Amino acid sequence: MIISIASGKGGTGKTTVATNLCASLDADLMLLDCDVEEPNAHLFLNPNITEEKKVNAPVPKVDLSLCTRCKKCMEICRYGAIAVAGKAVVTFPELCHSCGGCMVVCPEKAITETDRFIGTVETGSLGLPEGASFGQGLLDIGQVMAPPVIKQVRQLEGQKKLTIIDAPPGTSCPVIAAMKGTDFVLLVTEPTPFGLHDLTLAVEAVKLLDIPCGLVINRAGLGNDGVNNYAQKENIPILLEIPFDKRIASAYSKGELLVRALPEYKEIFKGLYTSIEALVNRKGAA
Amino acid sequence: MKELVILSGKGGTGKTSLTSAFASLAGNMMLCDADVDAADLHLIMNPDIRETHDFAGGYEAQIIPDACTGCGQCMELCRFDAVKPVQDAGIFHINGLDCEGCGVCADLCPESAITFEEKICGQWFASGTRFGDMIHARLGIAEENSGRLVALVREEARKRVLAARIDILLTDGPPGIGCPVIASIGQANAVLIVTEPTVSGIHDMERVAQLAAHFKIPAMVCINKYDLNPDQARAIEVIAEKRNMAYVGKIPFDPAFTKAMIQCKTIMETHGDSPAATQIRQIWNRVMAHPAMKMDRLC
Ligand code: SF4
Ligand code: SF4
Ligand code: SF4
Ligand code: SF4
Repeated sequence: MIISIASGKGGTGKTTVATNLCASLDADLMLLDCDVEEPNAHLFLNPNITEEKKVNAPVPKVDLSLCTRCKKCMEICRYGAIAVAGKAVVTFPELCHSCGGCMVVCPEKAITETDRFIGTVETGSLGLPEGASFGQGLLDIGQVMAPPVIKQVRQLEGQKKLTIIDAPPGTSCPVIAAMKGTDFVLLVTEPTPFGLHDLTLAVEAVKLLDIPCGLVINRAGLGNDGVNNYAQKENIPILLEIPFDKRIASAYSKGELLVRALPEYKEIFKGLYTSIEALVNRKGAA
Repeated sequence: MKELVILSGKGGTGKTSLTSAFASLAGNMMLCDADVDAADLHLIMNPDIRETHDFAGGYEAQIIPDACTGCGQCMELCRFDAVKPVQDAGIFHINGLDCEGCGVCADLCPESAITFEEKICGQWFASGTRFGDMIHARLGIAEENSGRLVALVREEARKRVLAARIDILLTDGPPGIGCPVIASIGQANAVLIVTEPTVSGIHDMERVAQLAAHFKIPAMVCINKYDLNPDQARAIEVIAEKRNMAYVGKIPFDPAFTKAMIQCKTIMETHGDSPAATQIRQIWNRVMAHPAMKMDRLC
Protein backbone atom coordinates (compact mmCIF):
# COMPACT_ATOMS: atom_id res chain seq x y z
CA MET A 1 0.00 0.00 0.00
CA ILE A 2 1.16 3.51 -0.81
CA ILE A 3 -0.04 6.44 1.28
CA SER A 4 0.77 9.96 0.12
CA ILE A 5 0.62 12.78 2.61
CA ALA A 6 -0.20 16.15 1.13
CA SER A 7 -1.50 19.59 1.96
CA GLY A 8 -2.55 22.47 -0.26
CA LYS A 9 -0.71 24.90 1.96
CA GLY A 10 2.82 24.40 3.20
CA GLY A 11 3.71 24.36 6.87
CA THR A 12 0.54 22.67 8.05
CA GLY A 13 2.30 19.68 9.58
CA LYS A 14 2.50 17.31 6.62
CA THR A 15 6.01 16.22 7.53
CA THR A 16 5.06 15.84 11.21
CA VAL A 17 2.30 13.43 10.23
CA ALA A 18 4.47 11.53 7.72
CA THR A 19 7.42 11.06 10.05
CA ASN A 20 5.40 10.20 13.15
CA LEU A 21 3.17 7.79 11.29
CA CYS A 22 6.32 6.11 10.04
CA ALA A 23 7.92 5.96 13.50
CA SER A 24 4.77 4.55 15.15
CA LEU A 25 4.30 1.48 12.99
CA ASP A 26 5.99 -1.89 13.25
CA ALA A 27 5.28 -2.55 9.61
CA ASP A 28 7.66 -3.37 6.80
CA LEU A 29 7.81 0.14 5.40
CA MET A 30 9.67 2.90 3.63
CA LEU A 31 9.33 6.65 3.73
CA LEU A 32 9.92 8.64 0.57
CA ASP A 33 10.33 12.38 0.87
CA CYS A 34 9.05 13.77 -2.44
CA ASP A 35 9.07 17.40 -1.30
CA VAL A 36 12.22 17.76 -3.38
CA GLU A 37 12.36 21.54 -3.15
CA GLU A 38 12.40 21.53 0.65
CA PRO A 39 12.80 17.98 1.96
CA ASN A 40 12.43 17.98 5.75
CA ALA A 41 11.61 14.43 6.85
CA HIS A 42 15.30 13.57 7.27
CA LEU A 43 15.60 16.25 9.96
CA PHE A 44 13.25 14.24 12.18
CA LEU A 45 14.17 10.70 11.19
CA ASN A 46 17.97 11.01 10.91
CA PRO A 47 18.27 8.32 8.27
CA ASN A 48 21.54 6.60 7.63
CA ILE A 49 22.11 7.57 3.99
CA THR A 50 24.04 4.87 2.20
CA GLU A 51 23.58 5.69 -1.44
CA GLU A 52 23.41 8.81 -3.55
CA LYS A 53 22.31 8.85 -7.15
CA LYS A 54 22.36 11.80 -9.50
CA VAL A 55 19.20 12.68 -11.40
CA ASN A 56 19.93 13.89 -14.89
CA ALA A 57 17.69 15.20 -17.61
CA PRO A 58 18.68 14.68 -21.22
CA VAL A 59 19.27 17.90 -23.19
CA PRO A 60 20.33 18.28 -26.81
CA LYS A 61 23.88 18.72 -28.01
CA VAL A 62 24.40 19.83 -31.60
CA ASP A 63 27.26 18.70 -33.80
CA LEU A 64 27.73 21.82 -35.91
CA SER A 65 29.82 20.00 -38.48
CA LEU A 66 26.72 17.96 -39.45
CA CYS A 67 24.15 20.72 -39.03
CA THR A 68 22.75 22.45 -42.14
CA ARG A 69 20.94 25.18 -40.14
CA CYS A 70 17.59 23.91 -41.44
CA LYS A 71 15.84 25.14 -38.27
CA LYS A 72 13.64 22.03 -37.93
CA CYS A 73 14.78 21.61 -34.31
CA MET A 74 13.83 25.18 -33.48
CA GLU A 75 10.43 24.75 -35.11
CA ILE A 76 9.43 21.70 -33.10
CA CYS A 77 10.67 22.99 -29.75
CA ARG A 78 7.73 24.41 -27.79
CA TYR A 79 9.95 25.81 -25.05
CA GLY A 80 12.35 28.04 -26.94
CA ALA A 81 15.18 25.83 -25.74
CA ILE A 82 17.00 25.54 -29.05
CA ALA A 83 17.53 28.27 -31.62
CA VAL A 84 19.37 28.71 -34.89
CA ALA A 85 20.93 32.15 -34.90
CA GLY A 86 23.03 32.91 -37.96
CA LYS A 87 25.75 30.30 -38.07
CA ALA A 88 25.25 29.13 -34.52
CA VAL A 89 22.76 26.74 -32.96
CA VAL A 90 22.20 27.77 -29.36
CA THR A 91 20.63 25.58 -26.71
CA PHE A 92 19.13 26.80 -23.44
CA PRO A 93 19.29 23.72 -21.21
CA GLU A 94 17.43 25.43 -18.37
CA LEU A 95 14.37 25.84 -20.61
CA CYS A 96 14.52 22.34 -22.08
CA HIS A 97 11.79 19.87 -21.08
CA SER A 98 13.71 16.89 -22.44
CA CYS A 99 10.95 15.96 -24.88
CA GLY A 100 13.45 14.70 -27.40
CA GLY A 101 11.60 16.34 -30.31
CA CYS A 102 14.59 18.19 -31.74
CA MET A 103 16.63 15.04 -31.91
CA VAL A 104 13.86 13.13 -33.67
CA VAL A 105 13.27 15.77 -36.35
CA CYS A 106 16.85 16.64 -37.14
CA PRO A 107 17.32 15.35 -40.71
CA GLU A 108 21.11 15.32 -40.40
CA LYS A 109 21.27 13.40 -37.13
CA ALA A 110 23.29 16.31 -35.83
CA ILE A 111 21.66 16.21 -32.40
CA THR A 112 22.58 13.84 -29.61
CA GLU A 113 21.65 14.10 -25.96
CA THR A 114 23.81 14.84 -23.01
CA ASP A 115 22.97 14.71 -19.32
CA ARG A 116 22.13 17.78 -17.36
CA PHE A 117 22.31 17.43 -13.59
CA ILE A 118 19.04 18.51 -11.93
CA GLY A 119 19.04 16.83 -8.55
CA THR A 120 19.92 13.92 -6.33
CA VAL A 121 18.13 10.92 -4.91
CA GLU A 122 19.46 9.63 -1.59
CA THR A 123 18.56 6.30 -0.08
CA GLY A 124 19.29 4.74 3.25
CA SER A 125 17.81 3.10 6.30
CA LEU A 126 15.88 4.20 9.36
CA GLY A 127 16.38 3.10 12.93
CA LEU A 128 12.70 3.54 13.73
CA PRO A 129 10.98 1.30 12.89
CA GLU A 130 13.82 -1.14 12.61
CA GLY A 131 14.57 -2.29 9.09
CA ALA A 132 12.61 0.52 7.49
CA SER A 133 14.10 2.26 4.53
CA PHE A 134 14.24 5.87 3.48
CA GLY A 135 14.51 7.80 0.25
CA GLN A 136 14.50 11.47 -0.60
CA GLY A 137 14.96 13.72 -3.58
CA LEU A 138 16.83 17.02 -3.60
CA LEU A 139 16.28 19.48 -6.41
CA ASP A 140 19.55 21.22 -7.17
CA ILE A 141 19.56 24.95 -6.37
CA GLY A 142 18.59 27.02 -9.39
CA GLN A 143 16.87 24.11 -11.15
CA VAL A 144 13.22 24.27 -12.13
CA MET A 145 12.15 20.73 -12.97
CA ALA A 146 10.92 19.12 -9.77
CA PRO A 147 8.71 16.39 -11.34
CA PRO A 148 11.55 14.35 -12.90
CA VAL A 149 13.30 14.24 -9.50
CA ILE A 150 10.04 13.20 -7.82
CA LYS A 151 9.51 10.46 -10.40
CA GLN A 152 13.00 9.21 -9.73
CA VAL A 153 12.35 9.01 -5.97
CA ARG A 154 9.15 7.09 -6.65
CA GLN A 155 11.09 4.48 -8.59
CA LEU A 156 12.00 3.16 -5.14
CA GLU A 157 8.38 2.27 -4.39
CA GLY A 158 7.25 -1.27 -3.95
CA GLN A 159 10.31 -2.59 -2.10
CA LYS A 160 8.31 -2.64 1.11
CA LYS A 161 4.75 -3.55 2.04
CA LEU A 162 3.96 0.03 2.98
CA THR A 163 5.27 3.19 1.36
CA ILE A 164 4.65 6.58 2.95
CA ILE A 165 5.17 9.54 0.62
CA ASP A 166 5.73 13.05 1.93
CA ALA A 167 4.41 15.15 -0.98
CA PRO A 168 5.26 18.76 -1.79
CA PRO A 169 2.75 21.50 -0.93
CA GLY A 170 0.43 23.06 -3.51
CA THR A 171 -1.79 21.61 -6.22
CA SER A 172 0.25 21.90 -9.41
CA CYS A 173 2.44 19.47 -11.30
CA PRO A 174 4.93 18.47 -8.55
CA VAL A 175 2.11 17.46 -6.16
CA ILE A 176 0.34 15.51 -8.85
CA ALA A 177 3.61 13.71 -9.61
CA ALA A 178 3.85 12.74 -5.93
CA MET A 179 0.21 11.67 -5.39
CA LYS A 180 -0.57 9.95 -8.67
CA GLY A 181 -1.13 6.24 -8.43
CA THR A 182 -1.04 6.12 -4.63
CA ASP A 183 -3.73 4.19 -2.76
CA PHE A 184 -4.67 6.88 -0.30
CA VAL A 185 -4.06 10.59 0.16
CA LEU A 186 -3.87 11.86 3.70
CA LEU A 187 -4.49 15.61 3.65
CA VAL A 188 -3.09 17.70 6.47
CA THR A 189 -4.52 21.12 7.16
CA GLU A 190 -4.91 23.67 9.90
CA PRO A 191 -8.26 25.10 10.97
CA THR A 192 -7.75 28.62 9.61
CA PRO A 193 -9.17 30.46 6.57
CA PHE A 194 -5.86 29.96 4.72
CA GLY A 195 -5.83 26.28 5.64
CA LEU A 196 -9.41 25.83 4.49
CA HIS A 197 -8.90 27.66 1.21
CA ASP A 198 -5.85 25.61 0.30
CA LEU A 199 -7.49 22.39 1.48
CA THR A 200 -10.39 22.90 -0.95
CA LEU A 201 -7.85 23.16 -3.80
CA ALA A 202 -6.03 20.04 -2.63
CA VAL A 203 -9.33 18.13 -2.44
CA GLU A 204 -10.09 19.10 -6.05
CA ALA A 205 -6.72 17.71 -7.10
CA VAL A 206 -7.34 14.46 -5.22
CA LYS A 207 -10.77 14.12 -6.84
CA LEU A 208 -9.22 14.59 -10.26
CA LEU A 209 -6.93 11.66 -9.54
CA ASP A 210 -9.80 9.66 -8.04
CA ILE A 211 -7.94 8.54 -4.94
CA PRO A 212 -9.67 8.02 -1.57
CA CYS A 213 -8.64 10.59 1.01
CA GLY A 214 -8.92 11.51 4.66
CA LEU A 215 -8.07 14.51 6.74
CA VAL A 216 -5.77 15.35 9.63
CA ILE A 217 -6.44 18.69 11.30
CA ASN A 218 -3.30 20.00 12.89
CA ARG A 219 -3.17 22.75 15.54
CA ALA A 220 -6.85 22.16 16.27
CA GLY A 221 -8.33 24.84 18.49
CA LEU A 222 -6.21 27.62 17.07
CA GLY A 223 -8.66 28.80 14.42
CA ASN A 224 -12.33 28.35 13.64
CA ASP A 225 -14.55 25.45 12.58
CA GLY A 226 -14.56 26.22 8.84
CA VAL A 227 -12.46 23.16 8.04
CA ASN A 228 -14.65 20.79 10.08
CA ASN A 229 -17.79 22.11 8.40
CA TYR A 230 -16.24 21.76 4.98
CA ALA A 231 -15.10 18.19 5.66
CA GLN A 232 -18.59 17.25 6.78
CA LYS A 233 -20.18 18.82 3.74
CA GLU A 234 -17.74 17.11 1.37
CA ASN A 235 -17.97 13.82 3.21
CA ILE A 236 -14.24 13.67 3.89
CA PRO A 237 -13.48 11.65 7.02
CA ILE A 238 -11.54 13.51 9.69
CA LEU A 239 -9.15 10.80 10.85
CA LEU A 240 -7.22 12.75 13.44
CA GLU A 241 -7.16 16.11 15.16
CA ILE A 242 -3.89 17.16 16.76
CA PRO A 243 -4.53 19.98 19.21
CA PHE A 244 -2.36 23.06 19.29
CA ASP A 245 0.07 22.38 22.10
CA LYS A 246 3.23 24.34 22.87
CA ARG A 247 5.00 21.08 23.81
CA ILE A 248 4.38 19.78 20.29
CA ALA A 249 5.56 23.04 18.74
CA SER A 250 8.67 22.99 20.88
CA ALA A 251 9.55 19.35 20.03
CA TYR A 252 9.02 20.14 16.36
CA SER A 253 11.28 23.17 16.55
CA LYS A 254 14.11 20.98 17.83
CA GLY A 255 13.62 18.35 15.17
CA GLU A 256 12.27 15.90 17.73
CA LEU A 257 9.61 13.39 16.77
CA LEU A 258 6.24 14.00 18.39
CA VAL A 259 6.00 10.34 19.40
CA ARG A 260 9.28 10.69 21.22
CA ALA A 261 8.33 13.88 23.07
CA LEU A 262 4.79 12.70 23.84
CA PRO A 263 4.82 8.87 23.61
CA GLU A 264 1.04 8.67 24.02
CA TYR A 265 0.84 9.74 20.37
CA LYS A 266 2.26 6.44 19.23
CA GLU A 267 -1.05 4.66 19.75
CA ILE A 268 -2.85 7.58 18.13
CA PHE A 269 -0.78 7.29 14.96
CA LYS A 270 -1.26 3.50 14.97
CA GLY A 271 -4.97 4.17 15.11
CA LEU A 272 -4.64 6.58 12.21
CA TYR A 273 -3.02 3.86 10.15
CA THR A 274 -5.76 1.38 11.05
CA SER A 275 -8.41 3.83 9.85
CA ILE A 276 -6.56 4.40 6.59
CA GLU A 277 -6.25 0.66 6.02
CA ALA A 278 -9.96 0.23 6.58
CA LEU A 279 -10.79 3.00 4.11
CA VAL A 280 -8.49 1.57 1.45
CA ASN A 281 -9.89 -1.93 1.90
CA ARG A 282 -13.42 -0.59 1.68
CA LYS A 283 -12.56 1.10 -1.60
CA GLY A 284 -10.96 -2.13 -2.81
CA ALA A 285 -14.06 -4.13 -1.92
CA ALA A 286 -16.43 -1.66 -3.56
CA MET B 1 9.91 51.77 -8.40
CA LYS B 2 11.06 49.25 -5.88
CA GLU B 3 10.05 45.67 -5.38
CA LEU B 4 10.29 43.54 -2.26
CA VAL B 5 9.55 39.83 -2.61
CA ILE B 6 8.49 38.07 0.57
CA LEU B 7 9.53 34.41 0.63
CA SER B 8 9.57 31.64 3.16
CA GLY B 9 11.06 28.52 1.66
CA LYS B 10 8.72 26.51 3.78
CA GLY B 11 5.06 27.45 3.73
CA GLY B 12 3.15 28.34 6.85
CA THR B 13 5.69 30.68 8.38
CA GLY B 14 3.34 33.67 8.22
CA LYS B 15 4.60 35.08 4.93
CA THR B 16 1.17 36.11 3.66
CA SER B 17 0.01 37.54 6.99
CA LEU B 18 3.19 39.60 7.08
CA THR B 19 2.83 40.75 3.47
CA SER B 20 -0.66 41.99 4.23
CA ALA B 21 0.59 43.78 7.35
CA PHE B 22 3.26 45.49 5.25
CA ALA B 23 0.58 46.52 2.74
CA SER B 24 -1.10 48.53 5.48
CA LEU B 25 2.22 50.26 6.31
CA ALA B 26 3.71 50.87 2.88
CA GLY B 27 1.71 53.87 1.69
CA ASN B 28 1.79 54.26 -2.08
CA MET B 29 2.11 50.57 -2.89
CA MET B 30 0.80 47.79 -5.08
CA LEU B 31 0.44 44.13 -4.17
CA CYS B 32 1.31 41.13 -6.29
CA ASP B 33 0.33 37.63 -5.17
CA ALA B 34 2.89 35.41 -6.85
CA ASP B 35 1.90 32.34 -4.83
CA VAL B 36 -0.44 31.31 -7.66
CA ASP B 37 -0.57 27.67 -6.62
CA ALA B 38 -2.12 28.34 -3.22
CA ALA B 39 -2.97 32.02 -3.31
CA ASP B 40 -4.19 33.25 0.07
CA LEU B 41 -3.51 36.98 0.08
CA HIS B 42 -6.97 37.75 -1.32
CA LEU B 43 -8.54 36.21 1.79
CA ILE B 44 -7.22 39.15 3.79
CA MET B 45 -7.28 41.80 1.08
CA ASN B 46 -10.83 41.10 -0.05
CA PRO B 47 -10.06 42.46 -3.52
CA ASP B 48 -12.62 44.12 -5.68
CA ILE B 49 -11.86 42.44 -9.01
CA ARG B 50 -11.81 44.91 -11.90
CA GLU B 51 -10.25 42.86 -14.65
CA THR B 52 -10.19 39.13 -15.30
CA HIS B 53 -7.89 37.63 -17.90
CA ASP B 54 -7.42 34.06 -19.05
CA PHE B 55 -3.98 32.54 -18.77
CA ALA B 56 -3.21 30.31 -21.73
CA GLY B 57 -0.28 28.55 -20.16
CA GLY B 58 0.31 25.64 -22.42
CA TYR B 59 -0.93 23.19 -24.96
CA GLU B 60 -2.61 19.85 -24.80
CA ALA B 61 -2.50 17.13 -27.38
CA GLN B 62 -5.56 15.03 -28.15
CA ILE B 63 -6.03 12.12 -30.52
CA ILE B 64 -9.04 12.16 -32.85
CA PRO B 65 -10.14 8.52 -32.55
CA ASP B 66 -11.60 8.34 -36.07
CA ALA B 67 -8.38 9.56 -37.66
CA CYS B 68 -5.99 7.37 -35.69
CA THR B 69 -4.78 4.22 -37.48
CA GLY B 70 -3.09 2.84 -34.41
CA CYS B 71 0.46 2.92 -35.74
CA GLY B 72 1.73 3.63 -32.22
CA GLN B 73 4.30 6.21 -33.24
CA CYS B 74 2.96 8.77 -30.76
CA MET B 75 3.39 6.36 -27.86
CA GLU B 76 6.94 5.66 -28.90
CA LEU B 77 7.76 9.35 -29.20
CA CYS B 78 6.17 10.55 -25.99
CA ARG B 79 8.76 10.90 -23.28
CA PHE B 80 6.14 11.56 -20.62
CA ASP B 81 4.21 8.29 -20.77
CA ALA B 82 1.05 10.20 -21.65
CA VAL B 83 -0.01 8.02 -24.59
CA LYS B 84 -1.68 4.70 -23.88
CA PRO B 85 -3.41 2.19 -26.13
CA VAL B 86 -7.20 2.05 -25.86
CA GLN B 87 -8.07 -1.50 -24.92
CA ASP B 88 -9.29 -3.64 -27.81
CA ALA B 89 -9.80 -0.60 -30.03
CA GLY B 90 -6.53 -0.59 -31.97
CA ILE B 91 -6.09 3.12 -31.34
CA PHE B 92 -4.37 5.34 -28.80
CA HIS B 93 -5.39 7.90 -26.23
CA ILE B 94 -3.55 10.76 -24.48
CA ASN B 95 -3.94 11.28 -20.77
CA GLY B 96 -4.16 15.04 -20.29
CA LEU B 97 -2.76 14.87 -16.76
CA ASP B 98 0.50 13.40 -18.02
CA CYS B 99 0.79 15.37 -21.25
CA GLU B 100 3.59 17.90 -20.98
CA GLY B 101 2.39 19.77 -24.07
CA CYS B 102 5.60 19.31 -26.04
CA GLY B 103 3.70 18.78 -29.30
CA VAL B 104 6.12 16.19 -30.65
CA CYS B 105 3.44 13.55 -31.19
CA ALA B 106 1.14 16.04 -32.92
CA ASP B 107 3.87 17.24 -35.26
CA LEU B 108 4.92 13.75 -36.24
CA CYS B 109 1.69 11.73 -36.40
CA PRO B 110 1.64 10.38 -39.97
CA GLU B 111 -2.16 10.73 -40.12
CA SER B 112 -2.34 14.21 -38.60
CA ALA B 113 -4.70 12.62 -36.14
CA ILE B 114 -3.55 14.63 -33.14
CA THR B 115 -4.89 18.08 -32.35
CA PHE B 116 -2.70 20.39 -30.40
CA GLU B 117 -4.52 23.31 -28.91
CA GLU B 118 -3.74 26.01 -26.48
CA LYS B 119 -5.48 25.50 -23.19
CA ILE B 120 -6.54 27.88 -20.49
CA CYS B 121 -4.59 26.94 -17.37
CA GLY B 122 -5.79 29.68 -15.06
CA GLN B 123 -6.82 33.26 -14.70
CA TRP B 124 -5.25 36.42 -13.48
CA PHE B 125 -6.91 39.48 -12.02
CA ALA B 126 -6.34 43.18 -11.50
CA SER B 127 -8.15 44.38 -8.42
CA GLY B 128 -8.51 47.21 -6.00
CA THR B 129 -8.08 46.75 -2.25
CA ARG B 130 -8.36 49.05 0.74
CA PHE B 131 -4.56 49.54 0.68
CA GLY B 132 -3.90 49.82 -3.03
CA ASP B 133 -4.20 47.84 -6.23
CA MET B 134 -3.40 44.16 -6.42
CA ILE B 135 -2.49 41.75 -9.20
CA HIS B 136 -3.25 38.13 -8.42
CA ALA B 137 -3.99 34.85 -10.13
CA ARG B 138 -5.46 31.43 -9.84
CA LEU B 139 -3.77 28.45 -11.47
CA GLY B 140 -6.10 25.64 -12.45
CA ILE B 141 -5.83 22.43 -10.44
CA ALA B 142 -3.07 20.09 -11.54
CA GLU B 143 -1.80 22.56 -14.11
CA GLU B 144 1.74 23.09 -15.18
CA ASN B 145 3.58 26.26 -15.93
CA SER B 146 2.96 27.98 -12.63
CA GLY B 147 6.34 29.61 -13.25
CA ARG B 148 5.01 31.27 -16.37
CA LEU B 149 1.91 32.50 -14.58
CA VAL B 150 4.08 33.93 -11.81
CA ALA B 151 6.24 35.67 -14.42
CA LEU B 152 3.11 37.05 -16.05
CA VAL B 153 1.50 38.50 -12.90
CA ARG B 154 4.78 40.04 -11.89
CA GLU B 155 5.39 41.58 -15.27
CA GLU B 156 1.87 42.99 -15.24
CA ALA B 157 2.29 44.37 -11.73
CA ARG B 158 5.66 45.93 -12.53
CA LYS B 159 4.25 47.56 -15.66
CA ARG B 160 1.38 49.09 -13.73
CA VAL B 161 3.59 50.20 -10.87
CA LEU B 162 5.73 52.14 -13.31
CA ALA B 163 2.80 53.64 -15.17
CA ALA B 164 1.03 54.77 -12.01
CA ARG B 165 4.23 56.02 -10.34
CA ILE B 166 3.79 53.75 -7.38
CA ASP B 167 6.64 53.67 -4.88
CA ILE B 168 6.78 50.04 -3.97
CA LEU B 169 5.58 46.68 -5.17
CA LEU B 170 5.07 44.05 -2.48
CA THR B 171 5.20 40.55 -3.92
CA ASP B 172 3.98 37.58 -1.91
CA GLY B 173 6.23 34.83 -3.24
CA PRO B 174 5.58 31.11 -3.66
CA PRO B 175 7.03 28.41 -1.39
CA GLY B 176 9.92 26.18 -2.37
CA ILE B 177 12.93 26.87 -4.55
CA GLY B 178 11.69 25.62 -7.94
CA CYS B 179 10.39 27.31 -11.04
CA PRO B 180 7.69 29.56 -9.47
CA VAL B 181 10.15 31.01 -6.93
CA ILE B 182 12.80 31.60 -9.53
CA ALA B 183 10.19 33.43 -11.64
CA SER B 184 9.22 35.56 -8.65
CA ILE B 185 12.59 37.02 -7.70
CA GLY B 186 14.41 38.12 -10.86
CA GLN B 187 15.07 41.90 -10.91
CA ALA B 188 13.59 42.49 -7.47
CA ASN B 189 15.38 44.94 -5.16
CA ALA B 190 15.53 42.37 -2.42
CA VAL B 191 13.84 39.35 -0.91
CA LEU B 192 12.70 39.12 2.68
CA ILE B 193 12.79 35.56 3.97
CA VAL B 194 10.27 34.87 6.70
CA THR B 195 11.42 31.89 8.69
CA GLU B 196 10.57 30.21 11.98
CA PRO B 197 12.89 28.92 14.68
CA THR B 198 12.60 25.23 13.84
CA VAL B 199 15.12 22.85 12.31
CA SER B 200 13.01 22.62 9.18
CA GLY B 201 12.53 26.40 9.07
CA ILE B 202 16.29 26.87 9.18
CA HIS B 203 16.92 24.16 6.61
CA ASP B 204 14.43 25.70 4.17
CA MET B 205 15.66 29.23 4.81
CA GLU B 206 19.17 28.16 3.85
CA ARG B 207 17.92 26.65 0.59
CA VAL B 208 16.12 29.91 -0.31
CA ALA B 209 19.14 31.95 0.78
CA GLN B 210 21.30 29.91 -1.59
CA LEU B 211 18.80 30.49 -4.36
CA ALA B 212 18.76 34.27 -3.78
CA ALA B 213 22.57 34.27 -3.75
CA HIS B 214 22.61 32.19 -6.94
CA PHE B 215 20.54 34.88 -8.68
CA LYS B 216 22.38 37.69 -6.89
CA ILE B 217 19.33 39.15 -5.19
CA PRO B 218 20.06 40.74 -1.78
CA ALA B 219 18.27 38.87 1.01
CA MET B 220 16.98 39.87 4.44
CA VAL B 221 15.71 37.57 7.16
CA CYS B 222 13.07 37.92 9.83
CA ILE B 223 11.92 35.31 12.31
CA ASN B 224 8.28 34.64 13.05
CA LYS B 225 7.16 32.91 16.28
CA TYR B 226 10.72 33.31 17.59
CA ASP B 227 9.71 32.54 21.17
CA LEU B 228 8.73 28.97 20.25
CA ASN B 229 12.45 28.25 20.41
CA PRO B 230 14.69 31.23 21.27
CA ASP B 231 17.88 29.13 20.86
CA GLN B 232 17.03 28.29 17.27
CA ALA B 233 16.11 31.95 16.73
CA ARG B 234 19.61 32.96 17.77
CA ALA B 235 21.06 30.32 15.47
CA ILE B 236 19.13 31.94 12.61
CA GLU B 237 20.67 35.32 13.39
CA VAL B 238 24.13 33.76 13.19
CA ILE B 239 23.37 32.02 9.90
CA ALA B 240 21.97 35.25 8.46
CA GLU B 241 25.16 37.05 9.27
CA LYS B 242 27.32 34.26 7.89
CA ARG B 243 25.38 34.27 4.65
CA ASN B 244 25.60 38.01 4.41
CA MET B 245 21.87 38.56 4.82
CA ALA B 246 20.54 41.47 6.87
CA TYR B 247 18.68 40.24 9.94
CA VAL B 248 15.74 42.62 10.36
CA GLY B 249 13.91 41.37 13.43
CA LYS B 250 11.75 38.82 15.14
CA ILE B 251 8.04 38.51 15.87
CA PRO B 252 6.63 36.63 18.86
CA PHE B 253 4.09 33.84 18.46
CA ASP B 254 0.72 35.54 18.63
CA PRO B 255 -2.72 33.95 18.11
CA ALA B 256 -3.80 37.45 16.97
CA PHE B 257 -2.49 36.54 13.50
CA THR B 258 -5.10 33.82 13.22
CA LYS B 259 -7.80 35.99 14.78
CA ALA B 260 -7.09 38.74 12.28
CA MET B 261 -7.17 36.22 9.45
CA ILE B 262 -10.57 34.96 10.54
CA GLN B 263 -11.87 38.52 10.34
CA CYS B 264 -10.26 38.96 6.89
CA LYS B 265 -8.08 41.73 8.31
CA THR B 266 -4.40 42.37 8.83
CA ILE B 267 -3.01 42.13 12.34
CA MET B 268 -2.27 45.87 12.13
CA GLU B 269 -5.99 46.55 11.79
CA THR B 270 -7.26 44.24 14.52
CA HIS B 271 -4.38 44.21 17.02
CA GLY B 272 -2.36 47.31 16.12
CA ASP B 273 -1.02 47.67 19.69
CA SER B 274 0.04 44.05 20.16
CA PRO B 275 3.73 43.21 20.66
CA ALA B 276 3.68 41.39 17.30
CA ALA B 277 2.38 44.50 15.51
CA THR B 278 5.03 46.66 17.16
CA GLN B 279 7.75 44.30 15.94
CA ILE B 280 6.29 44.28 12.43
CA ARG B 281 6.50 48.08 12.28
CA GLN B 282 10.16 47.93 13.28
CA ILE B 283 10.89 45.20 10.75
CA TRP B 284 9.23 47.25 8.03
CA ASN B 285 11.35 50.29 8.87
CA ARG B 286 14.53 48.23 8.81
CA VAL B 287 13.59 46.65 5.50
CA MET B 288 13.02 50.05 3.95
CA ALA B 289 16.30 51.33 5.37
CA HIS B 290 18.26 48.51 3.72
CA PRO B 291 20.60 49.83 0.99
CA ALA B 292 19.07 47.50 -1.59
CA MET B 293 15.67 49.14 -1.04
CA LYS B 294 17.01 52.62 -1.76
CA MET B 295 17.63 52.00 -5.42
CA ASP B 296 14.95 52.52 -7.99
CA ARG B 297 14.83 49.55 -10.34
CA LEU B 298 13.29 50.42 -13.66
CA CYS B 299 12.27 47.39 -15.60
S1 SF4 C 1 17.42 20.23 -37.11
FE1 SF4 C 1 19.52 19.47 -37.11
S2 SF4 C 1 20.36 20.17 -39.03
FE2 SF4 C 1 18.52 21.37 -38.70
S3 SF4 C 1 19.22 23.19 -37.64
FE3 SF4 C 1 18.66 21.76 -36.07
S4 SF4 C 1 20.55 20.70 -35.57
FE4 SF4 C 1 20.88 21.71 -37.53
S1 SF4 D 1 14.48 18.18 -26.11
FE1 SF4 D 1 12.50 19.17 -26.52
S2 SF4 D 1 12.47 20.88 -25.13
FE2 SF4 D 1 14.58 20.21 -25.24
S3 SF4 D 1 15.45 21.49 -26.83
FE3 SF4 D 1 14.77 19.60 -27.81
S4 SF4 D 1 12.73 20.07 -28.55
FE4 SF4 D 1 13.26 21.67 -27.07
S1 SF4 E 1 0.82 8.53 -34.34
FE1 SF4 E 1 -1.19 9.21 -35.02
S2 SF4 E 1 -2.01 7.52 -36.18
FE2 SF4 E 1 -0.27 6.72 -35.05
S3 SF4 E 1 -1.20 5.88 -33.18
FE3 SF4 E 1 -0.62 7.99 -32.71
S4 SF4 E 1 -2.43 9.20 -33.18
FE4 SF4 E 1 -2.74 7.21 -34.12
S1 SF4 F 1 2.28 16.53 -26.62
FE1 SF4 F 1 4.20 15.64 -25.90
S2 SF4 F 1 3.73 15.06 -23.81
FE2 SF4 F 1 1.79 15.39 -24.78
S3 SF4 F 1 1.22 13.37 -25.49
FE3 SF4 F 1 2.28 14.38 -27.18
S4 SF4 F 1 4.39 13.72 -27.00
FE4 SF4 F 1 3.39 13.27 -25.04
